[in-house]
Amino acid sequence: MPTVQDIEIKDPAGRVAQAAKDLPEMQDERMVLNMGPSHPATHGVLRIVLELDGEIITKADPDVGYLHRGDEKIAENMTYTQFIPYTDRLDYLAPLANNVAYALAVEKLLGIDDKLPPRCQYIRVMCAELARVSAHLLGLGAFAMDMGAVTVFLLIFTEREKIYNLAESASGARLTTSYTRIGGVMRDIPPDWIPQCQKFCDEFIPALNEIETLLTRNRIWVDRVRDLAVISKQDAIAYGLSGPNLRGSGIEWDLRKNQPYLCYKDLEFDIPVGSTGDCYDRYLVRMEEMRQSVRILQQCIRKIPGGAENKSKEPVNVDDGKVLLPAKDKVMTKMEELIHQFMLVTEGMNCPPGEVYFGHENPKGELGFYINSKGGGVPYRMKIRSPSFVNLSIVPKLFPGCMISDTVAVLGSLDFVMGECDR
Amino acid sequence: MKAKFGDLVSEPVEFRGEVTVKIADAEKIADVCTYAKNDLDLNYLVDISSIDNYGDDPRWTVVYHLRGLRHKCEVRLKTDVSEEKSKLPSVVSVWPTANWHEREIYDMMGIHFRGHPDQRRILMWEGYPHFPLRKDFPLAGKPTELPGVAFTRTTPMEGGPFVTVAGGNSAMSREPRIRIPETDSIETMARLERRKEIQEAHGHPKGPGPIEKK
Repeated sequence: MPTVQDIEIKDPAGRVAQAAKDLPEMQDERMVLNMGPSHPATHGVLRIVLELDGEIITKADPDVGYLHRGDEKIAENMTYTQFIPYTDRLDYLAPLANNVAYALAVEKLLGIDDKLPPRCQYIRVMCAELARVSAHLLGLGAFAMDMGAVTVFLLIFTEREKIYNLAESASGARLTTSYTRIGGVMRDIPPDWIPQCQKFCDEFIPALNEIETLLTRNRIWVDRVRDLAVISKQDAIAYGLSGPNLRGSGIEWDLRKNQPYLCYKDLEFDIPVGSTGDCYDRYLVRMEEMRQSVRILQQCIRKIPGGAENKSKEPVNVDDGKVLLPAKDKVMTKMEELIHQFMLVTEGMNCPPGEVYFGHENPKGELGFYINSKGGGVPYRMKIRSPSFVNLSIVPKLFPGCMISDTVAVLGSLDFVMGECDR
Repeated sequence: MKAKFGDLVSEPVEFRGEVTVKIADAEKIADVCTYAKNDLDLNYLVDISSIDNYGDDPRWTVVYHLRGLRHKCEVRLKTDVSEEKSKLPSVVSVWPTANWHEREIYDMMGIHFRGHPDQRRILMWEGYPHFPLRKDFPLAGKPTELPGVAFTRTTPMEGGPFVTVAGGNSAMSREPRIRIPETDSIETMARLERRKEIQEAHGHPKGPGPIEKK
C-alpha cells in the first residue's frame, strides 16, 4: 500500500536533484515584504519595507511620518503655555514626563529653572518617575505580548491603571494631563495623593516580581531575545541612542545623574547598565529602572517639603507675576494682577532672546527641546529632539541578518512611540 | 578649536550655561565636526536642527548639538547657508545618527546635504512639493496638485450633510458643519455642484440627501 509520501512526493531523489539544480538561479532572488503601517507589532504606524532572502532579512527601510502633525510648526504659532497640551501627545505613554521636560526647557530660557520651589521640584520628579514606570510597563507588556506572553500585558495594565488614577487625581486627566505650567504645576497635589502613591509603591514591587517570574528565566523568552540584535557600545553612541537602549549597550549615561536637574541630586538611585547590548539586556535594564523609579518615589514621599497635606503652605509655583497667571480673586480686585493676567493671556510671557537646549531623561530616552527665541511670548523655532526618532534610525543597521520573526522582538526591545517619532 | 581653525570659528558665546560657536564657512562643517569628534572627544551628536531666518541673508542656519559622553561637555555649532546655495556637506560619515536628522531638515526646510547617502523625504511623503517648516509656508498648509491620497473613491454617504468632501481649497468647502445651505457663498456653490456631479454619476443621491429647503 503506498504511503502519503509516495503519492505526494514521487521520485524524491529526482526532486531533490532538481531543487539543487534550481538553487543557483534562485540565490539572488529577493522578496520584498511590506510590514505596517498598521501592524500590531509596529506599535503604532511604523512601516518597514523588508527585503528578504528566504526568511532572513537582507535589507530594512523604515518609513516613518504617518503620524506627522507638524508640532514644530504649530509651536511657532502659539505662546509657550499654549503648547503644553501638545506635549501630552508626543510620547503618549508618558505625558507627565513630557510636560516636565517642556516646562523645564522654557524655564531654562527664562532663567528661572533654579528658582523653582522645592515642593514643585519634588512633585515634578514624582510625576516623571510615575510616567517612567507607566511607559516601561506598557513597553514591556507589548514586547512580551508580541512574543506570545499575553498574561504580562494583562498584569501590567492592573498596575498602569493605578498610575492613571494618580495622574487623574493630580491633574484631572488620565492621558492628556498637561499638568505642568511654565514656572510650576497646574495645582498642588491633593492631600490623599501621597498616601495613594505610597500604596502604589507598596503594591507595585510584588506585582513586578510576579511579572518577572513569568519572563526573566522563562526558557522561551530568553531563547527568543538573548543575543538578538546586539548593539555595540560604539554603535550605540554613533547612532545617538539614548535612554535604556544606550544603557542596555553598557554605557553609563543618564541625564538625571550626569546633568542633574530638579532635585535629582538629592535622591539616591542607581543606573542599571547592560553588558552585551542585546534585546535581553534592554529588557533587564528597563525592569531595573522601574525598581529604581519606585526607590526614587519612596524617597520623594519621605522628603517632600510640606508633606502630604502641605499644612505649612509650601509654594508650588515660582513667585513671579510675569510668568504665571495670578490668583483669580486678585485679578478681579487688583490693578497689577489684572495687567499681568491680560498680558500673559494675550501675548504670553516675555522671554529673552537667545537659544537653549534642554534634554530630559524621558522613559524612551533623551527628549530634548531646542528653543530659539527672538524675544516675546512665541518661540521663533522649536525643535523637538525625540528619542524614538533617533532610536529607530538604527533599524536599517540592526535588521539585516535577523529572521522575520525576530523583527517583533527587536522592535519591542527598542520600545518606541510613533507619536513622538513623527511629531 | 580656535587654534586649529583660526578665523573660521567665532568666539564662543555663552547663554544659560550653554556654549555656542559659529562656523563662518558652511563648507568646512564636516571638517570641524571630524576634528571635534576625534580630537575634542565630542563623540555624541545629540541633534541637528535648522532655522529659517526669513527675510535675512543668509537664510538658513543649521545647528549641531555635540556632546562628549566622557567629559560631559556640550557644544553647539552653528553655521549659515545662503538661500541660493541651500547646500552644505553632510556629516553622516562622522556620525551615522546624522542620517535621519539631515533627511528631516531636507524634508522640512529644503536644505540639501552633499554626500548624504540617502537624501529622501522622511516625515512628509515622497513627491510632496513644499517644505513645511519654512516661514513662508502658512500654518494651514498649501494646496497641491496631488490627489487626496485617502479619498480616491466616493464614500457611500457623500453628498449628504454629515460627510466631509475630499479635496477643495479651503476647510469651508470640505467641512459639513460649517456649511450653511442658505448662504450663497462660493464654497456652498462649489459643494452643490459637487453634489450634483455625484448624483449624476450615481443616478440617485446616497444617504439622507442634502438639505435643500427649510
